Amino acid sequence: MSSRPEHTAPPEIFYNETEAAKYTTNTRVISIQNDMSYRALELLALPEDKACYLLDIGCGSGLSGEVLEEEGHVWVGLDISKSMLDVAADRGVEGDLFEHDIGQGLGFRPGTFDGAISISVVQWLCNADKQSHNPYKRLSRFFTTLYTCLARGARAVFQFYPESPAQIEMIVSSAMKSGFTGGLVVDYPNSTKAKKFFLCLFAGYAGESGKAPELPKALDGEGDSVAYSNQSIRERQRRGDKHRRPVKDKDWIQRKKELARARGKETANDSKYTGRKRKTRF
Amino acid sequence: MRLITHNMLQCHVKGCTTNNFPLQIQDAELETLEAEFNPGFVQRLIPKLHWGALYHTAVSLGIEDLPEQMPEEVTEDLLRAIHKVALETRVKEGKAVCLGCGHVYPISNGIPNMLLQDNEV
Repeated sequence: MSSRPEHTAPPEIFYNETEAAKYTTNTRVISIQNDMSYRALELLALPEDKACYLLDIGCGSGLSGEVLEEEGHVWVGLDISKSMLDVAADRGVEGDLFEHDIGQGLGFRPGTFDGAISISVVQWLCNADKQSHNPYKRLSRFFTTLYTCLARGARAVFQFYPESPAQIEMIVSSAMKSGFTGGLVVDYPNSTKAKKFFLCLFAGYAGESGKAPELPKALDGEGDSVAYSNQSIRERQRRGDKHRRPVKDKDWIQRKKELARARGKETANDSKYTGRKRKTRF
Repeated sequence: MRLITHNMLQCHVKGCTTNNFPLQIQDAELETLEAEFNPGFVQRLIPKLHWGALYHTAVSLGIEDLPEQMPEEVTEDLLRAIHKVALETRVKEGKAVCLGCGHVYPISNGIPNMLLQDNEV
Protein backbone atom coordinates (compact mmCIF):
# COMPACT_ATOMS: atom_id res chain seq x y z
CA MET A 1 0.00 0.00 0.00
CA SER A 2 1.58 3.22 -1.04
CA SER A 3 1.37 6.38 0.98
CA ARG A 4 0.63 8.58 -1.97
CA PRO A 5 -2.78 10.26 -1.63
CA GLU A 6 -3.30 10.16 -5.41
CA HIS A 7 -3.54 6.38 -5.17
CA THR A 8 -6.22 6.48 -2.49
CA ALA A 9 -9.00 8.48 -4.07
CA PRO A 10 -9.70 11.33 -6.50
CA PRO A 11 -8.87 14.77 -5.03
CA GLU A 12 -12.49 15.88 -4.57
CA ILE A 13 -13.04 12.77 -2.42
CA PHE A 14 -9.64 12.57 -0.69
CA TYR A 15 -9.77 16.16 0.58
CA ASN A 16 -12.87 15.66 2.68
CA GLU A 17 -13.73 17.48 5.89
CA THR A 18 -11.26 15.50 8.04
CA GLU A 19 -8.42 16.10 5.62
CA ALA A 20 -9.38 19.75 5.22
CA ALA A 21 -9.35 20.24 8.99
CA LYS A 22 -5.67 19.21 9.05
CA TYR A 23 -4.85 22.25 7.02
CA THR A 24 -6.08 24.59 9.71
CA THR A 25 -5.20 22.76 12.89
CA ASN A 26 -1.97 20.89 12.19
CA THR A 27 0.84 23.40 12.69
CA ARG A 28 3.36 21.20 10.89
CA VAL A 29 1.24 21.06 7.75
CA ILE A 30 0.67 24.79 8.01
CA SER A 31 4.34 25.65 8.39
CA ILE A 32 5.40 23.43 5.47
CA GLN A 33 2.71 24.94 3.26
CA ASN A 34 3.80 28.42 4.30
CA ASP A 35 7.46 27.78 3.55
CA MET A 36 6.69 26.34 0.15
CA SER A 37 4.39 29.25 -0.69
CA TYR A 38 7.08 31.78 0.23
CA ARG A 39 9.62 29.91 -1.85
CA ALA A 40 7.19 29.79 -4.80
CA LEU A 41 6.58 33.51 -4.45
CA GLU A 42 10.32 34.10 -4.38
CA LEU A 43 10.72 32.09 -7.58
CA LEU A 44 7.92 34.11 -9.22
CA ALA A 45 10.25 37.13 -9.02
CA LEU A 46 7.48 39.71 -9.14
CA PRO A 47 8.42 43.39 -9.34
CA GLU A 48 9.02 44.68 -5.84
CA ASP A 49 6.46 46.80 -4.03
CA LYS A 50 3.85 46.33 -6.71
CA ALA A 51 0.60 44.59 -5.94
CA CYS A 52 -0.10 41.97 -8.59
CA TYR A 53 -3.12 39.97 -9.69
CA LEU A 54 -2.18 36.34 -9.07
CA LEU A 55 -3.68 32.91 -9.59
CA ASP A 56 -3.38 30.20 -6.94
CA ILE A 57 -4.00 26.83 -8.57
CA GLY A 58 -5.24 24.31 -6.04
CA CYS A 59 -5.58 26.88 -3.28
CA GLY A 60 -7.20 24.45 -0.85
CA SER A 61 -7.95 26.09 2.47
CA GLY A 62 -6.19 29.29 1.41
CA LEU A 63 -2.88 28.88 3.26
CA SER A 64 -0.83 29.81 0.22
CA GLY A 65 -3.30 32.56 -0.57
CA GLU A 66 -2.71 34.11 2.83
CA VAL A 67 0.97 34.34 2.02
CA LEU A 68 0.07 36.24 -1.15
CA GLU A 69 -2.27 38.48 0.85
CA GLU A 70 0.46 39.19 3.33
CA GLU A 71 2.70 40.42 0.53
CA GLY A 72 -0.12 42.71 -0.61
CA HIS A 73 -1.24 40.88 -3.74
CA VAL A 74 -4.77 40.29 -5.00
CA TRP A 75 -5.41 36.64 -5.77
CA VAL A 76 -7.88 34.18 -7.24
CA GLY A 77 -7.89 30.57 -6.04
CA LEU A 78 -9.05 27.41 -7.77
CA ASP A 79 -9.65 24.05 -6.12
CA ILE A 80 -11.66 20.94 -6.85
CA SER A 81 -12.44 20.08 -3.22
CA LYS A 82 -15.54 21.81 -1.89
CA SER A 83 -14.63 20.93 1.73
CA MET A 84 -11.27 22.70 1.43
CA LEU A 85 -12.91 25.74 -0.17
CA ASP A 86 -15.50 25.90 2.60
CA VAL A 87 -12.68 25.98 5.14
CA ALA A 88 -11.05 28.79 3.16
CA ALA A 89 -14.32 30.75 3.03
CA ASP A 90 -14.82 30.21 6.76
CA ARG A 91 -11.40 31.58 7.52
CA GLY A 92 -12.32 34.72 5.61
CA VAL A 93 -9.52 34.78 3.05
CA GLU A 94 -9.61 37.78 0.75
CA GLY A 95 -9.11 35.97 -2.55
CA ASP A 96 -11.88 34.83 -4.87
CA LEU A 97 -12.51 31.10 -4.67
CA PHE A 98 -13.65 28.82 -7.47
CA GLU A 99 -14.65 25.17 -7.41
CA HIS A 100 -12.81 24.09 -10.51
CA ASP A 101 -11.27 21.00 -12.09
CA ILE A 102 -8.07 22.37 -13.63
CA GLY A 103 -7.88 19.42 -16.03
CA GLN A 104 -10.96 20.88 -17.73
CA GLY A 105 -9.06 24.04 -18.61
CA LEU A 106 -9.18 27.54 -17.17
CA GLY A 107 -11.84 30.02 -18.23
CA PHE A 108 -10.09 33.36 -17.90
CA ARG A 109 -9.59 36.04 -20.51
CA PRO A 110 -6.17 36.20 -22.20
CA GLY A 111 -3.48 38.11 -20.30
CA THR A 112 -5.39 38.25 -17.03
CA PHE A 113 -2.84 37.23 -14.41
CA ASP A 114 0.60 38.60 -13.51
CA GLY A 115 1.67 35.21 -12.20
CA ALA A 116 0.50 31.85 -10.91
CA ILE A 117 1.56 29.60 -8.08
CA SER A 118 0.51 26.10 -7.25
CA ILE A 119 1.50 24.07 -4.20
CA SER A 120 1.39 20.26 -4.33
CA VAL A 121 -1.18 19.98 -7.07
CA VAL A 122 -0.05 19.05 -10.60
CA GLN A 123 0.86 15.47 -9.73
CA TRP A 124 -2.88 14.86 -9.27
CA LEU A 125 -3.38 15.54 -12.99
CA CYS A 126 -1.27 12.50 -13.89
CA ASN A 127 -3.97 10.17 -12.60
CA ALA A 128 -7.04 9.00 -14.47
CA ASP A 129 -9.77 8.97 -11.83
CA LYS A 130 -12.65 8.54 -14.22
CA GLN A 131 -13.07 6.54 -17.37
CA SER A 132 -13.30 9.76 -19.37
CA HIS A 133 -9.99 11.08 -18.01
CA ASN A 134 -6.94 11.08 -20.25
CA PRO A 135 -4.01 12.46 -18.21
CA TYR A 136 -2.07 13.65 -21.27
CA LYS A 137 -5.07 15.50 -22.64
CA ARG A 138 -5.93 17.00 -19.26
CA LEU A 139 -2.37 18.20 -18.66
CA SER A 140 -2.17 19.73 -22.09
CA ARG A 141 -5.58 21.39 -21.80
CA PHE A 142 -4.54 22.81 -18.44
CA PHE A 143 -1.18 24.18 -19.57
CA THR A 144 -2.46 25.66 -22.85
CA THR A 145 -5.33 27.49 -21.14
CA LEU A 146 -2.98 28.63 -18.36
CA TYR A 147 -0.56 30.01 -20.95
CA THR A 148 -3.40 32.01 -22.51
CA CYS A 149 -4.60 33.57 -19.27
CA LEU A 150 -1.14 34.69 -18.13
CA ALA A 151 0.17 38.11 -19.10
CA ARG A 152 3.19 38.21 -21.40
CA GLY A 153 6.34 37.72 -19.39
CA ALA A 154 4.44 36.31 -16.41
CA ARG A 155 5.73 33.28 -14.58
CA ALA A 156 4.05 30.24 -13.13
CA VAL A 157 5.66 28.25 -10.32
CA PHE A 158 4.46 24.75 -9.46
CA GLN A 159 5.66 22.90 -6.42
CA PHE A 160 4.84 19.24 -6.90
CA TYR A 161 5.63 15.75 -5.65
CA PRO A 162 6.47 13.60 -8.65
CA GLU A 163 5.99 9.89 -8.25
CA SER A 164 8.65 8.88 -10.75
CA PRO A 165 11.05 10.43 -13.27
CA ALA A 166 8.55 9.46 -15.96
CA GLN A 167 5.96 11.66 -14.29
CA ILE A 168 8.35 14.63 -14.23
CA GLU A 169 8.99 14.11 -17.93
CA MET A 170 5.25 13.90 -18.58
CA ILE A 171 4.48 17.16 -16.79
CA VAL A 172 7.47 19.15 -18.06
CA SER A 173 7.06 18.07 -21.67
CA SER A 174 3.37 18.89 -21.58
CA ALA A 175 4.18 22.39 -20.31
CA MET A 176 6.84 22.94 -22.97
CA LYS A 177 4.50 21.77 -25.73
CA SER A 178 2.01 24.39 -24.57
CA GLY A 179 4.51 27.15 -25.27
CA PHE A 180 6.10 27.71 -21.87
CA THR A 181 9.85 28.02 -21.43
CA GLY A 182 11.70 27.41 -18.19
CA GLY A 183 12.29 24.20 -16.35
CA LEU A 184 12.71 22.34 -13.12
CA VAL A 185 14.37 23.78 -9.99
CA VAL A 186 15.17 21.17 -7.35
CA ASP A 187 15.77 22.52 -3.85
CA TYR A 188 17.96 20.51 -1.47
CA PRO A 189 18.59 17.74 -4.01
CA ASN A 190 20.73 15.78 -1.57
CA SER A 191 18.18 15.57 1.21
CA THR A 192 15.42 13.01 1.05
CA LYS A 193 13.18 14.94 3.38
CA ALA A 194 13.67 18.55 2.34
CA LYS A 195 13.99 17.87 -1.39
CA LYS A 196 11.38 19.89 -3.24
CA PHE A 197 10.57 20.11 -6.92
CA PHE A 198 9.59 23.47 -8.36
CA LEU A 199 8.58 23.76 -11.98
CA CYS A 200 9.28 27.36 -13.08
CA LEU A 201 7.53 28.32 -16.26
CA PHE A 202 7.80 31.54 -18.25
CA ALA A 203 4.91 32.62 -20.47
CA GLY A 204 6.97 34.43 -23.09
CA TYR A 205 9.20 37.25 -21.96
CA ALA A 206 8.50 40.91 -21.70
CA GLY A 207 11.95 42.54 -21.55
CA GLU A 208 13.41 44.60 -24.40
CA SER A 209 16.58 42.57 -24.65
CA GLY A 210 14.86 39.64 -26.33
CA LYS A 211 16.74 37.31 -24.05
CA ALA A 212 15.00 34.47 -22.30
CA PRO A 213 14.96 34.86 -18.51
CA GLU A 214 17.35 32.66 -16.59
CA LEU A 215 16.11 29.84 -14.44
CA PRO A 216 16.39 30.77 -10.75
CA LYS A 217 19.04 29.00 -8.68
CA ALA A 218 18.04 26.10 -6.47
CA LEU A 219 18.77 26.07 -2.78
CA ASP A 220 21.30 23.43 -1.85
CA GLY A 221 21.30 23.95 1.88
CA GLU A 222 25.08 23.74 2.26
CA GLY A 223 26.01 24.99 5.69
CA ASP A 224 22.42 25.94 6.17
CA SER A 225 19.95 23.73 7.97
CA VAL A 226 17.19 22.16 5.94
CA ALA A 227 14.68 24.89 6.65
CA TYR A 228 13.83 27.37 3.94
CA SER A 229 15.75 30.58 3.87
CA ASN A 230 13.17 33.01 2.46
CA GLN A 231 16.18 34.74 0.97
CA SER A 232 14.55 37.70 -0.67
CA ILE A 233 12.49 38.50 2.40
CA ARG A 234 15.57 38.47 4.60
CA GLU A 235 17.45 40.64 2.16
CA ARG A 236 14.66 43.15 2.15
CA GLN A 237 14.71 43.23 5.93
CA ARG A 238 18.47 43.73 5.92
CA ARG A 239 18.20 46.60 3.47
CA GLY A 240 15.87 48.16 5.99
CA ASP A 241 12.95 48.87 3.73
CA LYS A 242 11.26 51.27 6.14
CA HIS A 243 8.36 52.16 3.86
CA ARG A 244 6.90 48.69 3.94
CA ARG A 245 4.10 48.45 6.39
CA PRO A 246 3.30 44.91 7.55
CA VAL A 247 0.02 43.88 6.02
CA LYS A 248 -1.11 41.84 9.00
CA ASP A 249 -0.83 44.69 11.48
CA LYS A 250 -3.19 45.47 14.34
CA ASP A 251 -5.74 47.14 12.06
CA TRP A 252 -5.80 44.12 9.82
CA ILE A 253 -6.38 41.77 12.74
CA GLN A 254 -9.08 44.06 14.10
CA ARG A 255 -10.81 44.09 10.72
CA LYS A 256 -10.73 40.31 10.48
CA LYS A 257 -12.09 39.98 14.00
CA GLU A 258 -14.94 42.36 13.34
CA LEU A 259 -15.77 40.44 10.19
CA ALA A 260 -15.83 37.20 12.15
CA ARG A 261 -18.04 38.79 14.81
CA ALA A 262 -20.41 40.09 12.16
CA ARG A 263 -20.69 36.53 10.91
CA GLY A 264 -21.45 35.36 14.41
CA LYS A 265 -18.23 33.44 15.03
CA GLU A 266 -16.41 32.98 18.28
CA THR A 267 -13.64 35.56 18.46
CA ALA A 268 -10.95 36.31 21.03
CA ASN A 269 -11.50 39.44 23.09
CA ASP A 270 -9.65 42.62 22.15
CA SER A 271 -6.94 43.76 24.48
CA LYS A 272 -3.71 45.68 24.49
CA TYR A 273 -1.97 42.45 23.52
CA THR A 274 -3.94 42.10 20.28
CA GLY A 275 -1.56 41.84 17.33
CA ARG A 276 1.59 41.70 19.44
CA LYS A 277 4.27 39.09 18.94
CA ARG A 278 4.78 36.49 21.63
CA LYS A 279 8.14 36.45 23.31
CA THR A 280 10.39 33.87 21.74
CA ARG A 281 10.83 31.89 24.93
CA PHE A 282 7.17 30.97 24.86
CA MET B 1 -16.53 36.40 -6.28
CA ARG B 2 -15.42 39.99 -6.73
CA LEU B 3 -16.50 41.85 -9.84
CA ILE B 4 -12.86 42.24 -10.95
CA THR B 5 -12.68 38.47 -11.30
CA HIS B 6 -16.07 38.33 -12.96
CA ASN B 7 -14.62 40.77 -15.50
CA MET B 8 -11.88 38.25 -16.32
CA LEU B 9 -14.07 35.16 -16.38
CA GLN B 10 -15.44 33.60 -19.54
CA CYS B 11 -17.25 30.38 -20.26
CA HIS B 12 -14.85 27.46 -20.83
CA VAL B 13 -17.25 24.89 -22.20
CA LYS B 14 -15.75 23.14 -25.25
CA GLY B 15 -16.70 24.83 -28.50
CA CYS B 16 -18.30 27.82 -26.76
CA THR B 17 -16.33 30.59 -28.41
CA THR B 18 -18.83 33.29 -29.30
CA ASN B 19 -20.74 35.43 -26.87
CA ASN B 20 -19.06 33.62 -23.95
CA PHE B 21 -18.13 36.83 -22.12
CA PRO B 22 -19.29 38.33 -19.82
CA LEU B 23 -21.28 35.75 -17.90
CA GLN B 24 -24.63 37.16 -16.89
CA ILE B 25 -25.20 37.24 -13.15
CA GLN B 26 -28.72 36.30 -12.10
CA ASP B 27 -30.56 36.10 -8.76
CA ALA B 28 -27.60 37.80 -7.16
CA GLU B 29 -27.15 38.40 -3.48
CA LEU B 30 -24.35 40.92 -2.97
CA GLU B 31 -21.94 41.48 -0.13
CA THR B 32 -19.58 44.39 0.43
CA LEU B 33 -16.28 43.67 2.11
CA GLU B 34 -13.91 46.52 2.66
CA ALA B 35 -10.48 46.16 1.11
CA GLU B 36 -7.40 48.30 1.28
CA PHE B 37 -7.29 50.90 -1.50
CA ASN B 38 -4.17 50.58 -3.62
CA PRO B 39 -4.15 53.28 -6.34
CA GLY B 40 -1.17 51.75 -8.16
CA PHE B 41 -2.89 48.40 -8.47
CA VAL B 42 -6.15 49.88 -9.75
CA GLN B 43 -4.22 52.04 -12.23
CA ARG B 44 -2.44 48.99 -13.64
CA LEU B 45 -5.74 47.13 -13.71
CA ILE B 46 -7.51 49.62 -15.99
CA PRO B 47 -6.00 48.42 -19.31
CA LYS B 48 -6.98 44.84 -18.43
CA LEU B 49 -10.61 45.66 -17.63
CA HIS B 50 -13.35 45.30 -20.18
CA TRP B 51 -15.10 48.55 -19.34
CA GLY B 52 -18.41 47.78 -21.09
CA ALA B 53 -18.73 44.47 -19.28
CA LEU B 54 -17.89 46.03 -15.91
CA TYR B 55 -20.32 48.90 -16.40
CA HIS B 56 -23.24 46.77 -17.58
CA THR B 57 -22.72 44.13 -14.89
CA ALA B 58 -22.58 46.79 -12.22
CA VAL B 59 -25.77 48.42 -13.52
CA SER B 60 -27.57 45.07 -13.70
CA LEU B 61 -26.66 44.57 -10.04
CA GLY B 62 -27.99 48.00 -9.15
CA ILE B 63 -24.63 49.75 -8.72
CA GLU B 64 -24.48 53.08 -10.52
CA ASP B 65 -21.12 54.45 -9.41
CA LEU B 66 -19.37 54.14 -12.75
CA PRO B 67 -19.60 56.37 -15.84
CA GLU B 68 -20.83 54.59 -18.96
CA GLN B 69 -17.74 55.51 -20.97
CA MET B 70 -14.28 55.12 -19.55
CA PRO B 71 -13.18 58.76 -18.97
CA GLU B 72 -9.98 59.85 -20.72
CA GLU B 73 -8.57 61.40 -17.62
CA VAL B 74 -7.85 59.09 -14.71
CA THR B 75 -8.60 60.84 -11.44
CA GLU B 76 -8.37 59.62 -7.88
CA ASP B 77 -12.18 59.66 -7.70
CA LEU B 78 -12.40 57.33 -10.67
CA LEU B 79 -9.82 54.97 -9.16
CA ARG B 80 -11.80 54.91 -5.92
CA ALA B 81 -15.03 54.21 -7.79
CA ILE B 82 -13.41 51.32 -9.67
CA HIS B 83 -11.94 50.02 -6.42
CA LYS B 84 -15.33 50.09 -4.77
CA VAL B 85 -17.13 48.32 -7.61
CA ALA B 86 -14.47 45.84 -8.72
CA LEU B 87 -12.64 45.00 -5.50
CA GLU B 88 -15.16 45.49 -2.71
CA THR B 89 -18.39 44.19 -4.20
CA ARG B 90 -18.78 40.43 -4.07
CA VAL B 91 -21.47 38.12 -5.38
CA LYS B 92 -22.39 35.85 -2.52
CA GLU B 93 -25.24 33.78 -3.91
CA GLY B 94 -26.77 33.46 -7.35
CA LYS B 95 -25.74 32.07 -10.70
CA ALA B 96 -23.61 33.06 -13.65
CA VAL B 97 -25.11 32.18 -17.01
CA CYS B 98 -23.24 31.97 -20.31
CA LEU B 99 -25.22 33.73 -23.01
CA GLY B 100 -23.44 31.72 -25.72
CA CYS B 101 -24.13 28.13 -24.71
CA GLY B 102 -26.53 28.59 -21.80
CA HIS B 103 -24.35 26.81 -19.23
CA VAL B 104 -25.28 27.83 -15.69
CA TYR B 105 -22.51 28.20 -13.10
CA PRO B 106 -24.15 28.23 -9.66
CA ILE B 107 -22.61 30.46 -7.00
CA SER B 108 -23.00 29.50 -3.37
CA ASN B 109 -21.30 30.96 -0.31
CA GLY B 110 -19.34 33.18 -2.71
CA ILE B 111 -17.83 30.19 -4.51
CA PRO B 112 -18.84 29.65 -8.15
CA ASN B 113 -18.99 26.04 -9.25
CA MET B 114 -17.04 25.85 -12.52
CA LEU B 115 -17.17 22.06 -12.92
CA LEU B 116 -18.26 20.83 -16.33
CA GLN B 117 -19.96 17.63 -17.48
CA ASP B 118 -17.82 15.12 -19.40
CA ASN B 119 -19.49 16.01 -22.69
CA GLU B 120 -18.66 19.69 -22.24
CA VAL B 121 -14.89 19.17 -22.02
